[in-house]
Amino acid sequence: MSESKNETSTQENSQWPLYEVFIRSKNGLEHRHVGSLHASDAEMALENARDVYTRRQEGVSIWVVESKNITASNPENSGELFEPAKDKIYRHPTFYELPIELKHI
Amino acid sequence: MSPEIKLEDAFQARIDDEQKIEPKDWMPEKYRKTHIRQISQHAHSEIVGMLPEGNWITRAPSLRRKVGLLAKVQDEAGHGLYLYSAAETLGISRDELFDQLHTGKAKYSSIFNYPTLSWADIGAIGWLVDGAAIINQVMLTRTSYGPYARAMVRICKEESFHQRQGYEIMLTLCQGTPEQKAMAQDALNRFWWPSLMMFGPRDAESPNTEQSVKWKIKRKTNDELRQQFIDITAPQAEYLGITIPDPDLKWNEERGHYDFGEINWDEFWQVVKGNGPCNKERLQARVDAWENGAWVREAAVAYGNKKEKESIKVKTA
Repeated sequence: MSESKNETSTQENSQWPLYEVFIRSKNGLEHRHVGSLHASDAEMALENARDVYTRRQEGVSIWVVESKNITASNPENSGELFEPAKDKIYRHPTFYELPIELKHI
Repeated sequence: MSPEIKLEDAFQARIDDEQKIEPKDWMPEKYRKTHIRQISQHAHSEIVGMLPEGNWITRAPSLRRKVGLLAKVQDEAGHGLYLYSAAETLGISRDELFDQLHTGKAKYSSIFNYPTLSWADIGAIGWLVDGAAIINQVMLTRTSYGPYARAMVRICKEESFHQRQGYEIMLTLCQGTPEQKAMAQDALNRFWWPSLMMFGPRDAESPNTEQSVKWKIKRKTNDELRQQFIDITAPQAEYLGITIPDPDLKWNEERGHYDFGEINWDEFWQVVKGNGPCNKERLQARVDAWENGAWVREAAVAYGNKKEKESIKVKTA
């Protein structure tokens, strides 16, 4: 995702908004982020995403969302966000000790 | 230790540990600038690279050749887009990037400043120019900056058809009439040396290489990549039955590599400086396309705004 810098641009035209593109490669799988592109509106973003990201049957469904509508976590906060999970090994099955002869559990 | 140096040490430790750097991570200003320069140069090359090939779309000798070339040129546009998007994650706008290209502040690969004089040139470009690009790009799939690496993975997947397309054209010409084979030889003669120049100056004259390798932007030096290209390509020329225009090209059993002759570095620097056969023409074509398309971009924005207003009206009605 990029930060828009329209205000510093020397061009006369303000540049088209940026959209993030998500593709479902086949039914049964989730949509995955594949990249981004500029478009004048959502419909054009969808059409361009089709032309750019599915030229070789890479997808059966496309989402586009304007980049400015995405709220992202900040790497500076990674510690407080993700570290608490580190020492909670009791959330994993191997934490619990059972005899090996036991089956199907 | 200053906080800045501490951050840089931590950054280098992450690189050494093969961790990828992502857009919002802290990075040294020079790492950011080097990437903006390199990724945008790469993007510009994809876009300008459409021009010499586009020259032959209407004159492709068969429908089969035409759809192949058309698809290839369309891919180049897509590759330009992936790369511009990757550059934009570093905080530069698309408009600024275009502005740098159009004012000549940013460079693109010099290879596209050579003309495509015959249909065989399209074969030679696919075989040699895309071949050289693939060697560079395969290395870059492992580059340390996440968005650049991901763009490269996508590009490499698509690019291999480009090279095969080119080689097939060369093969067909070389199996054709003596005139057709001569055409293929002539294209090889003109594109061989400029293709070797694509890897950039020799390591000794490439001041950025050391830092780029340290930051894992590049994982091989210009000379290593060039040697790799020659070793791969020489047998392919032999298979075609045409001769690489280098009397010093010879397999060196001891080194396990081909030896090759001296590149004309004066020509290399002349073309970089803007004095190649097509520099002015290429840039002008780009600027014209951008300026002549201005009304389309404006109209699309106006249309988008109008539709948005209408949809708000419908929702609130």
